Amino acid sequence: MYSLKELSKRPELFEAGHRACAGCGFPQAVRLVLKATEHPVVVAVATGCLEVTSTVFPYTSWNCSFVHNAFENVAATISGIEAAHSALPRYGKDVGPRHFIAFGGDGASYDIGLQSLSGALERGHRFLYVCYDNGAYANTGVQRSGATPRGAGTTTTPPGRFLDGKPQRRKDLTAIIAAHGIPYVAQAAISNWRDLVRKARRALDTDGPSFLNILTPCRLIWGTAPEETVDLVRHAVNSCFWPLFEVVDGRWKLNYKPKRRQSYVDWLRRQRRFAHLFDGRHDDLLAELEAEVEAAWRQLLERCGEVDDKS
Amino acid sequence: MTIKALSGNEAVAQAMRQIDPVVVAAYPITPQTEIVQLFSGFVSDGLVRTEFVPVESEHSALSAVVGAAVAGVRAMTATSSNGLALMYEVLHIAAGLRLPIVMPVVTRALSAPINIHCDHSDVMGARDSGWIILFSENAQEAYDNVLQAVRIGEHADVRLPVMVALDGFVLSHGVERVSLLEDAAVEAFIGEYQPTVDVLGDEPVTVGALALQDSFFEFRRQMAEGLYHAPRVIEEVGREFEGISGRPYGLVEAYRTEDARAVLVALGSTAGSAKEAVDLAREEGLRVGLVKVRAIRPFPAAALRELLGGCEVVGVLDRSLDYSGQGGALYTEVKAALHPLEGRPRARGFVYGLGGREIGMEDLVGLMRELVPSGADVTYLGVRE
Repeated sequence: MYSLKELSKRPELFEAGHRACAGCGFPQAVRLVLKATEHPVVVAVATGCLEVTSTVFPYTSWNCSFVHNAFENVAATISGIEAAHSALPRYGKDVGPRHFIAFGGDGASYDIGLQSLSGALERGHRFLYVCYDNGAYANTGVQRSGATPRGAGTTTTPPGRFLDGKPQRRKDLTAIIAAHGIPYVAQAAISNWRDLVRKARRALDTDGPSFLNILTPCRLIWGTAPEETVDLVRHAVNSCFWPLFEVVDGRWKLNYKPKRRQSYVDWLRRQRRFAHLFDGRHDDLLAELEAEVEAAWRQLLERCGEVDDKS
Repeated sequence: MTIKALSGNEAVAQAMRQIDPVVVAAYPITPQTEIVQLFSGFVSDGLVRTEFVPVESEHSALSAVVGAAVAGVRAMTATSSNGLALMYEVLHIAAGLRLPIVMPVVTRALSAPINIHCDHSDVMGARDSGWIILFSENAQEAYDNVLQAVRIGEHADVRLPVMVALDGFVLSHGVERVSLLEDAAVEAFIGEYQPTVDVLGDEPVTVGALALQDSFFEFRRQMAEGLYHAPRVIEEVGREFEGISGRPYGLVEAYRTEDARAVLVALGSTAGSAKEAVDLAREEGLRVGLVKVRAIRPFPAAALRELLGGCEVVGVLDRSLDYSGQGGALYTEVKAALHPLEGRPRARGFVYGLGGREIGMEDLVGLMRELVPSGADVTYLGVRE
């Protein structure tokens, strides 16, 4: 659909010069989503790393219109903008087509902004919501979120004598969004850029709300080297921790089935946030974590009408 | 002009219909609900062109209205009590982004204990959020204030959001005689909106940037400057509105204060009752008067010094508590306003009417009989102790 060469010729709406860390995953996600746009874009961003690293006054990295309101209300904010756009023709002022895209991290999307997001989806505004999920509150210094995988050490789930990292499982936000019955929901990853851009394009063509959940590593949270970012995402996809799928008008479709499955436990081993699980005394827990990923993968295969190779 | 029997909520909804804002986002809460219902009906019947956004909370209501306002259009919401409290974070953002949003607030007690009736603790809790705040004495003033709020907030020297407070149930549900302007007269009075920011425009714009130690202070100082211009603009708009309605508006209204030895200061519907109480007290030979404060933000300190400087005692009526231990919010601010005066009058505070407890004519006349400089600093009226 898009070659890398074609994408490189498209306008750069998210410019270099932002202050995200070397190896941060979200700039790639933002650039790829914006590369899929055709019309002028209005972006709304929730409070978080993306917002603070891209709009330090008097500078901005955005070559499209940008709004930041607060942490938990990006979906409500974009719904007000979209409402104004759809009403203006009735006042004799048609400004022409616009894309409306909201970006929020996992804290803004899984946790504090879930109500606002759910409300905006239910009301049916025409906008794309992109969650860049790095699995914790990075901007405030790595606290656990509803997206943090079980077992991960964060500054609010520090591994210690009585705690083996985060005790709870992460919530499945993509499935929660799909349960709203909106026309387009997908999970994507920056390692699979062609799939990501195709999904963004499809989402932007949707006449109604659409949602993309994109795995974007954070070096500080994950405890990994900058050059590993994309490969870590690829590993997450191939371990089936982060499957690539879409839900189109309620129909679940798997977009990628790893030919050679990579180990989830190996993926954990690569990240410092899980280092405490590899002291030789947590093998039972590691087995449980692996079983959880496997169960979620099987459930997804069932939803997508796929036959599991192993069964 | 048309005279109608309308409740305060109906009068406010009629003003909103005539303003025909591009976006209204609102969430129901007693006693504001009727405004949302009536306005939804106008949308359904095609009486307005507005996009109505039925949000899932008051936080989202104001957030969506902020979104619409940065899209360069007129946008409104309305709320009460806990709904206003839920909006608290976004109140400051609306002001900080200099968005001239208009929001009627039907005043109601804050929980706990939960209570749906009138007092002013909701608005008083939000009084330092950068919004201009106008109080209404009756349904007519609620209607007139909403229309004037559009012009005040949008004025190039101000550029700030405006709350219009009307007393829950007393005004929101009480039916009064209200004179409505013709739709065309309202359209001409509010004029075409000239936004200073528009994210739907052809030029990309970044709104809501991160301002650090090198710029934040300047942004806030400019915002305060906008608020300091508001008294002049409120008076100018009030004079212009008098021209089309015959009803004068300013920062404060003085009632029989010229020779008064004791003057009451009050907000909202109680000011209406207090005028009658002044008349009754004067029949008894008491030299009393009333100052109604219309704008509490910005606070009309200079106007109050001028009106109150010559009397012996000022009695300030507060329908909310200030937990500093110094009485109510209006009382402490009136005291601060009088402080620069040499030989200033004694100011006494009277807290009344929390959670909708009624204040009757006899209470107000009785208060004036005992309004002498030697009384207590703060008195609680009508409470069982």
